[in-house]
Amino acid sequence: MEAEKVFARALVLGQESVGTQIFSLLLEEKTVAALAKPGQFVSVYCHDRSRLLPRPISICEADPAAGTVRLVYRIAGEGTREFAALKTGDMVEILGPLGNGFPLEEAEGKRAFLIGGGIGIPPLVELAKRLPGKKQIIAGYRDELFLTQELSRRGELFIATEDGSTGTKGNVLDCIRENGLTADIIFACGPTPMLRALKAYAETEKIPCYLSLEQRMACGIGACLACVCHTTEKDEHSQVKNKRICAEGPVFEAGEIVL
Amino acid sequence: MTEKFESDAFTRSSTGAHDAGRTEERNENRKVRTAVEIAGVTLKNPVMTASGTFGSGMEYGQLTDLSALGAVVTKGVANVPWSGNDVPRIAETPSGMMNAIGLQNPGIDTFIRRDLAFLEKADTRVIVNVCGRSIQDYCETAERLSGEKRVDLLEINISCPNVKEGGIAFGQDPKCAMEVTAAVKRVAKVPVILKLSPNVTDIAEMAKAVEAGGADAVSLINTLTGMKIDIHRRTFALANRTGGVSGPAIRPIAVRMVYQAAHAVKIPVIGMGGITCAEDALEFLMAGASAVAVGTAHFRDPFASVKTARGIAAFMEEEGIEDIRELIGCVD
Ligand SMILES: Cc1cc2nc3c(=O)[nH]c(=O)nc-3n(C[C@H](O)[C@H](O)[C@H](O)COP(=O)(O)OP(=O)(O)OC[C@H]3O[C@@H](n4cnc5c(N)ncnc54)[C@H](O)[C@@H]3O)c2cc1C
Ligand SMILES: Cc1cc2nc3c(=O)[nH]c(=O)nc-3n(C[C@H](O)[C@H](O)[C@H](O)COP(=O)(O)O)c2cc1C
Ligand code: FES
Repeated sequence: MEAEKVFARALVLGQESVGTQIFSLLLEEKTVAALAKPGQFVSVYCHDRSRLLPRPISICEADPAAGTVRLVYRIAGEGTREFAALKTGDMVEILGPLGNGFPLEEAEGKRAFLIGGGIGIPPLVELAKRLPGKKQIIAGYRDELFLTQELSRRGELFIATEDGSTGTKGNVLDCIRENGLTADIIFACGPTPMLRALKAYAETEKIPCYLSLEQRMACGIGACLACVCHTTEKDEHSQVKNKRICAEGPVFEAGEIVL
Repeated sequence: MTEKFESDAFTRSSTGAHDAGRTEERNENRKVRTAVEIAGVTLKNPVMTASGTFGSGMEYGQLTDLSALGAVVTKGVANVPWSGNDVPRIAETPSGMMNAIGLQNPGIDTFIRRDLAFLEKADTRVIVNVCGRSIQDYCETAERLSGEKRVDLLEINISCPNVKEGGIAFGQDPKCAMEVTAAVKRVAKVPVILKLSPNVTDIAEMAKAVEAGGADAVSLINTLTGMKIDIHRRTFALANRTGGVSGPAIRPIAVRMVYQAAHAVKIPVIGMGGITCAEDALEFLMAGASAVAVGTAHFRDPFASVKTARGIAAFMEEEGIEDIRELIGCVD
């Protein structure tokens, strides 16, 4: 049986700050790099064993040829603060790739919106690289921009900022309206209020919409039932309308979930 | 440069059969005898998985070798599906975590059709953890499972602190605990383990009560009820407000309770609570546990239980101990 995921000690090839409290970590892990699909994530383990739960971080980029995986994350607490101190040559334990990833095949022959909000933007980079067809990327920031170069190289980039310092003043939907954009399918990752608004937007527009969700995780592989979201239909695994974000997700068709 | 611990790093057992009793054969090549017996059921080694942390082994089985374990203990299952609690269901605490999953489970029908079918192929013992809201619930599930040949033992969870109906009343009152035990024993055709709650004043009294009810073994500890406040959101960290604390933080309490229970009853005691490695497990064995379970540690290291099992054998080899029974309860 070919491995779908591995628990591995990855070598830190480098780390740089790409914004205030935002870091880009480049890891060498050939198997994860080879298996990774856009929208999947890895569990990153802390060296400090008093923090025993792994931190789920999306795969921002994966290069199978180079055997590298890039993670971009914001310092949110002690675990990510520990990661920010990782230096070239250090080892870090990871488990992955985890989750389902975005269904790229659904975009075939369609015009796609790739929408990211805040720290939900990183997975759009690999998604933009691999998604077939025409794509418009809409990225929503508070004020400071990051990853814009990577994104604009792979699609037409539109920016919204809360303070209006760049692009549209407002959120990603304001940006879509201001620029008169339309699409046949949506792929999105970001804070829940944004995802909720996109779900409603996609329903009005009657277009398919795939959302990447977040929840607290322990096992990261579907064994502990910590990370569920409510679904509209009873599913095979839970029998109670609770899907596991780490296993059946993190990407769900918007109509399938209750946000 | 990268060091990997993936599935193929461990050779899978070639027997494939679920005749986990054939351990003697394999141990002949080794210097040490790690097999233990719980109520007439032989486990190839004393290490099992703690209920709720390992699913039914399907997910971790993709990474690790289930046949290296003494037993797989499944997530609690009830007579009907349970939805569990709202999210957030977990929170990290220093050297531990809190959970309030709320015993979400797909119900016994799906469990038998899917989970037990999966375990059919696993070369290890199968212990099914049972939860219930009433004595009738427990008995219905226990009876259904008794008809399944793949089930080696039942573990009755009377201690989940998360759901009001989840059995805390049974687990905290000796008379109720004895009644559930006796009722389940009447219908069960395989040996029954009673899983005790640590949220009691006198653990010895609880262990004695279930022994009097006819329990074949006791396991402990389940999680300790805790609470965490998110000071930035000014609310509870868990939707359920309270949750069960597990992980290394609770280990000394667990060792103490296992010691007390082992000295109070004649039936075997299965110890758990914060075990991460062989050294931790050996504390429980020496305190009087006949077997141990590894739970929360899987979240930090998917191979924690397998490494614990291997580590115990390595410890025995190093210390020149031929039979694990020499260690069980050796600290008195
Ligand atoms: C599928 C998925 C993908 C993610 N991808 C990214 C990413 O690419 N970049 C990024 O910056 N962040 C990402 N996150 C959020 C990231 O996991 C958290 O910011 C991180 O776990 C915080 O850890 P901490 O120790 O710094 O914070 P603390 O608050 O100290 O963490 C305490 C505990 O809460 C958990 N936790 C805290 N915040 C979150 C959260 N938002 N989601 C899930 N668990 C949380 C931690 O894992 C830990 O167990 C993702 C989350 C999920 C579920
Ligand atoms: C996420 C989670 C789910 C659990 N679910 C169950 C359960 O369904 N039934 C049960 O008897 N115990 C359950 N437990 C308790 C564990 O089996 C174990 O008794 C406890 O966590 C202490 O061991 P540990 O510190 O090694 O995890 C659960 C624990 C955790 C962390
Ligand atoms: S984190 Fe354990 S099931 Fe998702």
